[in-house]
Formats: sequence, C-alpha cells, structure tokens
Amino acid sequence: MPTNVSEQFHAVGEDIHDTKAPSGPIERRWDERKFSTKLVNPANRRKLSVIVVGTGLAGASAAATLGEAGYQVKSFCYQDSPRRAHSIAAQGGINAAKNYRNDGDSIYRLFYDTVKGGDFRARESNVYRLAQVSVNIIDQCVAQGVPFAREYGGLLDNRSFGGVQVSRTFYARGQTGQQLLIGAYQALERQIAAGTVEMNTRHEMLELIMIDGKARGIIVRDMVSGEIETHTADAVVLATGGYGNVFFLSTNAMGCNVTATWRAHRKGAFFANPCYTQIHPTCIPVSGDYQSKLTLMSESLRNDGRIWVPKKAGDDRAPSDIPEDERDYYLERIYPAFGNLVPRDIASRAAKYQCDAGKGVGPGGLGVYLDFADAIARLGRHEVEAKYGNLFDMYAQITGENPYEQPMRIYPAVHYTMGGLWVDYDLQSNLEGLFVAGEANFSEHGANRLGASALMQGLADGYFVLPYTIANYLADGPYEKIDDSHPEVVAARTAVEERIEKFLSINGTRTVDSFHKELGQIMWDYCGMERTEEGLIKAISMIRDLKADFWANVKVTGVNEELNQTLERAGRVADFFELGELMCIDALNRRESCGGHFRAESQTEDGEALRHDDEFAYVSAWEFGDEQPTLRKEPLEYEYVEMKSRSYK
Amino acid sequence: MNITVRVWRQKNADDKGRMVTYGVENVSEHMSFLEMLDVLNEQLTLSGDDPIAFDHDCREGICGMCGVVINGIAHGPEVTTTCQLHMRSFEDGAVIDVEPWRAGAFPVVKDLVVDRSSFDRIIQAGGYISAPTGSAPDAHAVPVPKDDADHAFDAATCIGCGACVAACPNGSGMLFTAAKITHLGLLPQGQPERESRVIGMVEQHDHEGFGGCTNIGECTSACPKGIPLDTIAQLNRDLLGALAHGKA
Repeated sequence: MPTNVSEQFHAVGEDIHDTKAPSGPIERRWDERKFSTKLVNPANRRKLSVIVVGTGLAGASAAATLGEAGYQVKSFCYQDSPRRAHSIAAQGGINAAKNYRNDGDSIYRLFYDTVKGGDFRARESNVYRLAQVSVNIIDQCVAQGVPFAREYGGLLDNRSFGGVQVSRTFYARGQTGQQLLIGAYQALERQIAAGTVEMNTRHEMLELIMIDGKARGIIVRDMVSGEIETHTADAVVLATGGYGNVFFLSTNAMGCNVTATWRAHRKGAFFANPCYTQIHPTCIPVSGDYQSKLTLMSESLRNDGRIWVPKKAGDDRAPSDIPEDERDYYLERIYPAFGNLVPRDIASRAAKYQCDAGKGVGPGGLGVYLDFADAIARLGRHEVEAKYGNLFDMYAQITGENPYEQPMRIYPAVHYTMGGLWVDYDLQSNLEGLFVAGEANFSEHGANRLGASALMQGLADGYFVLPYTIANYLADGPYEKIDDSHPEVVAARTAVEERIEKFLSINGTRTVDSFHKELGQIMWDYCGMERTEEGLIKAISMIRDLKADFWANVKVTGVNEELNQTLERAGRVADFFELGELMCIDALNRRESCGGHFRAESQTEDGEALRHDDEFAYVSAWEFGDEQPTLRKEPLEYEYVEMKSRSYK
Repeated sequence: MNITVRVWRQKNADDKGRMVTYGVENVSEHMSFLEMLDVLNEQLTLSGDDPIAFDHDCREGICGMCGVVINGIAHGPEVTTTCQLHMRSFEDGAVIDVEPWRAGAFPVVKDLVVDRSSFDRIIQAGGYISAPTGSAPDAHAVPVPKDDADHAFDAATCIGCGACVAACPNGSGMLFTAAKITHLGLLPQGQPERESRVIGMVEQHDHEGFGGCTNIGECTSACPKGIPLDTIAQLNRDLLGALAHGKA
C-alpha cells in the first residue's frame, strides 16, 4: 500500500500538543491543574457571560453549574424544551468507580478499562480525570433526586456492561439517560427561575462569531419566527452532541446534527478523528425504505441473550424449526472468554460478516438472532420480564413480534461518534474562548467507547471539569463589549442570511431527505463497519457529485419568516456533505484498524483488527481549508497503560 | 394499504386553521405513524405544497417531543407515544383525523406544533431539589427504601409530552405536576422543599391557564408512561398539608 495515498486529498501541517495537562503522577494532575487555574471573585462573576449551546447532559449540567456559580449564562437548544435533548434516550447506565460491589474496582481500573477499550487512541490524562470525577457524578445525581435502581437494603444497585469484568454501572431501569437528564434539566430550570440562565428554546446555532482570534458569540435562527439573532458573550461552549446522522439512519434523534461544530470548524476549530464512529450491535433491523431512524436496545440484553445465525447460508426456516446443532452461536464460538459480551465494535463487525456470508435473517438478510429461550428456561419468564420488560415491549411495539416466543432480530446501527472538535485538557478548542463538551468533543473515548461511558463523560464535562477550566479563561475578562455593528458580526449574519436565501431560491426537483438518504447510504457502504482504500476514494468522489447536485437541485418550500422544518433540514444536510467527505479522508489516512475504524487492509490472519502504533498513535486533528483540509497530528504517549492489542478471546 | 388523512393546517398562531384532506397510498403496516407523515410530506414538497409541521425528535418514545390527537385520542389508538404508533393499528382504507393538542395552555404554533413552555415554567416554580454542584454527600449516605425508590421512579418516568392535558376535558396539567411532586416528595432528599414545591408548582399551573382537576382520569388512560392517577391524590395531600402549615 503506498504510504501517501490520502495526501491527494489533504495537506499535512505541523504537529500539535495539548499544553494544559500537567506532567507528574497521573493521580495528581487534575488537582494540580485546578490549583493552577485562576479564580474569579464571586462579585465579578455576574459581569462575565457564557453562551452554552445544547442542553443534553453536558450542556444542561454546564449551564446549571455556571449559573449557580454566578455567571450570566445564555443557553440554547433547537427543541421546544431543554428536557428533550437526545441524552434522554440513553438506556443502559452510567459507570462510576465507586467499588460498592467490593469486586476489585478502582479509579485506576476504570481508567485502565477506558484506555484499553478506546484502543489506545485517547489521552491518558483526560481519561484518568474522567475516572476520578465519576464518583462525584453519582453523589451529585442522587442528591438531585435521580431515582437510581436500589436494593432491598436501600443502597444503590449495579450491573456489569460490555467490555469489562466488574459491576460498576449505575442504572435506572432502561431509562438511565432520561433520569440523569431530567436531573440536570431541573437544576437548569432552577437557575432559569433564579435569573442566572436565560433559556432560548427552538433556536438553532448557525454561525460562530470570532473576533480578534477569540470566540465571542453565535448567530442563531429563531425557528418559530425565522428571525436571525446575534448573541455575544465572553466565552462560548458547544455541547451539541454527535454527528451520527450523517448516515441518515442512526439511533440519534431526528434533529441531531453537526452544524454547530461544523460551523466552528469552518471558523478554524480543529475537527479530530471524524472517522471514529461507533456502530452499536443491538439495534432493531431496518424494515423498509421509508425508515426514518433506527432504535437501539440496550446492550444489557447481551448479558442474557444469546446471538446466533443458521449454520447454512440462505436458511429461511423459522427460527424455532432450526435445531440446536444447525445454529452457530458465533460470538461464543470465536470469543469464548467474553462470548456475547465482547465490545461493541467486535460484536457489530461479527454480525456484518455473518450477513455478508448469506447467513443473515429477516427481511433482506440483514439481521441476526438474539435469543432469550435459554434465559427464560433458566430464570423464568418473570425474572426476564423484570430485567428487560421495557425493552421487550419496545421491540414488540416496533416489529409486531413477541420476543418472549421467538428470538429478536438485531442488526448494528450507527450510535455514537467518538470524533468531534479537538480540545485540550481544559476542554478548550484551539480557538480561544471556544469550549466543547460531551459527545461534541473528541477526547475521552479514543477509537471506541465502552458502554455506560457516554453519560459519565457528558456529566463529568458539564458538572465537574468545564466550570473550573472556563473560570480560568474568564478570569482575564470581561472582554471588550461587542456591538451588533462590528464587522465580524455583520459578516457572520450576512453569511447566514445569504445561505438561507440560497436554499429557498434553488427550487429544484429533489427533496432534502432524498439527498440525505443517498448520502447516508454512501457513508454506510464505504465508511461504515469496514473501510477500504478503494471504497473511500470512490465515496469521496460520490459525495462531491451528490453535493453539487444538492446545491443545484434541492427543493426547499416556504419562506424563512415562519416555522420551516424543511429549511432547517436543508442547512443540516448541507453541512453533513462536508463532514462526510472529511470522515472519508480521515478514514483513508488512517491505514490501520482501531476501535470503531476497521480498515480491511489492516487485519490479522484470523480477521481481527490490526493497529499500527508505530505509525498511527496520534490524534488526527483536521484544519479547515477552502481547497483541502490540513492534517495536524497530536502524538499520543502512554506512560501508565502498556499499549497492546485488545484480546477478548 | 391506502389511507386518507384529514390534518389540521394552521399557518401560524394568528391563522384560524382548518382540516385538509390528503390521500396516502402504499402505506406499509410496519411504518410508524410519523413515517407515514414523512411520506406524505415528501409528496407535498414535490408538488410545491407546504409540508405539514409536526414536532418529533427521538422517535423512540422517550423525549416527549411528538404528540398529536389521532381520531380524537391523544397519541392515537394504542397507549404509546405517537412515534411508537405503527400503521398496523389501522385498517386499509381508514380515514384518520390528525389534530394538535387542544388546550388553552398549549397555543398552536403551526399545524400540529404547539407551545408547551408552560410545562417548563411549572418546573421552574419548584420542580427540583436544590443541590448545587459539588455539595452532594456520598451517594450511600442516605439509604432509600426500595419501595419508595421504585414508586418515585414510576412517577419520574413522565416524559412531559402533554397528552394528559390534551386528553383532559378541563385541559388540566395536574397529572404532569403531580408526577413531579410525587417523584421528589417520596425521596428523603426532596423533603426540605416538599411544601414550598407543591405550593409553587400548583400556583404556576393555575397561572398558566391549565384547568382544574375533577378526577375524570382521562389523563392516566392517555399517558404513554402510565403515570398513575394516585399521584394527584398525593399532590392534594401534600398541598393540604402545606396549606395547613400556612405555607401559601
């Protein structure tokens, strides 16, 4: 393989480094950083303002905490209420190194598991801090009234999750994300009532305002009136979630989009590791071309469900007619140590291989069985119902099939994006005053996220990290007041207005969704579970053609001065085209397999992912360019966890 | 299957609004109700008409953003959210009426989209436990009896969709308010603010123009999360207690 094949699509710039993480013993670093940050006198805080975009776990917790501290906060979300943000859909749980089970867990073990689970592509310092504050998160949430599952003694219950061998996951039935988000939402509403946070619902950020090298505000559209508004502040926080909807079909909410972070990227913020996408193994398969989204079922199902396909390709008998010795429980066979509990990336790819070999089940052969017959025989239907009842009901509701009587059919779906805007240890992007939290940043999960870690990271960032690090930045403020007539503000507004005008004037022959679906199919086929050099180069060219067609032929009805959902979607899809191309370039550059990124050219003899630490132990941070992006590498060093290949056999 | 939908169309808050009839062909029984509306909207867009505005986001029954009245029933014929309703619940040739939530406290924004910000303001009036970040004791400092925790959880599953209000002949938001009162009031952490919470939230509820509760129970039967009616009894007990202590 030539070493520079991706370089026809991008330039290579100088390496970058995180300059904020202290050196020294890893368990002291966060304390030292907190001690070295500047403090802001409580009386001065009310003179300092922060914009927080997004109200998921990271955004709501950050806005509430900054409000409590006394800063002037402006919060924005595109939904009709901050409580709708998609963190709400997380089912399984949240990790914390409490060691309440006395099973050998510790901060160090959570740190170790997360670095290893991330396939050695995350920063040690950041991950250690995450494990440290994980214990505070549980305390905080309980104090807010989050109703975690409890045992008869009244203490908190735990369960285990894929990729680890201790029970450190706290949960609230299958609705952990909902309960954590409602906790953060209530804290946020309390601050709104107190007057420290100004809430702007049904507002979508469409541009970042940069003045003298600093992030100073945003341009938003009021989604009801269409009014384009300018909001300025001393610092801007983006907590706008992931970009999985570039695939059109994903487990993300319909409105999830990349626009806020992409607009910041175009203004100079580095976009890191965009190709690291998590494909979740236990989702309900696609049923038809009208499909609008995919539904995930918690991977806790893999604790008791057994995954299998018929041994014979093309076997279309009903599952109950396939005898035991003609079934292949392929995860148990290939990975005897972890069996059905292997990490997500491995389980997903294994399902794809079975279906590629013609052994898939259900419509289109894109599914594998997840069978609870043994669990029901062992535990009784009652106990299975108590553990998984709401998930079984959801499955029955969507498919019309009864999972107590026949095995579920599952297939992988895009679920989470590990990539995002590059941030330093302080969660500040390379643009001064622009902070990025939660799924929107790239930092803690490396190339693969372990289950129950997303909620932990979102709340760690918002409750316990950003409030300290942003204070250090604000301590040098307040910065010069910005007038709406400032040339940079006017330029940003004008750019937004012209773009909207352009969408409304094309009046072509294809709908926004038809373009989005076609883009999603390209991404799924060529930048999905398995990527090849040939496929990625082809995808880049297909995306460019489709993008050109979009700007010539899309049809956006209505006007700007109204609630116009087609116009909203057009703006998001336009940004997804640019992101999709960058994802393919990033995947093309990374000629190794790691975590959520599997290059077919880089595998072991028995088909497992093969990392190349000598060449690729770096974060790929991409700098925007009008002609082509520039790759900036941040080398990764491991002082505590020895880099080795993951083995779950 | 082929169906006919009669949909409420209203350009904006000031428009009078009307029902408009559309045919939708080749509807699959596996489509969700909202996917059927997506298909209709694609048709409308291509013919140059304004697509139907409706609220939706997660499409997995948890965010609470979707919700329309279908054939006179909030969220339609199954007890679930609109996004989890599938077309297999309807017959071929069916005529389906689709309307927004109808309630004084939920003004229509456009078509099927309503403004539910009154719910957020009820939460602002006390629907929280004051626990500033960093102030929490260890999570195991106060054990919570499992029964209390489970009942608190049952009430906490409310998704704030507003079906209870749409279903209530009085347009009351009492089930929503009571769910939060019950969730927080059953937990030891919620005790210090228990009385001020119920007074504040009920006052705000009335101030927003929601109707009073007359124990009809339509709210519970329409609730996709099955929030029980006895949460309202709990609210009334708490309210009386607070009033007796002179908290109002």
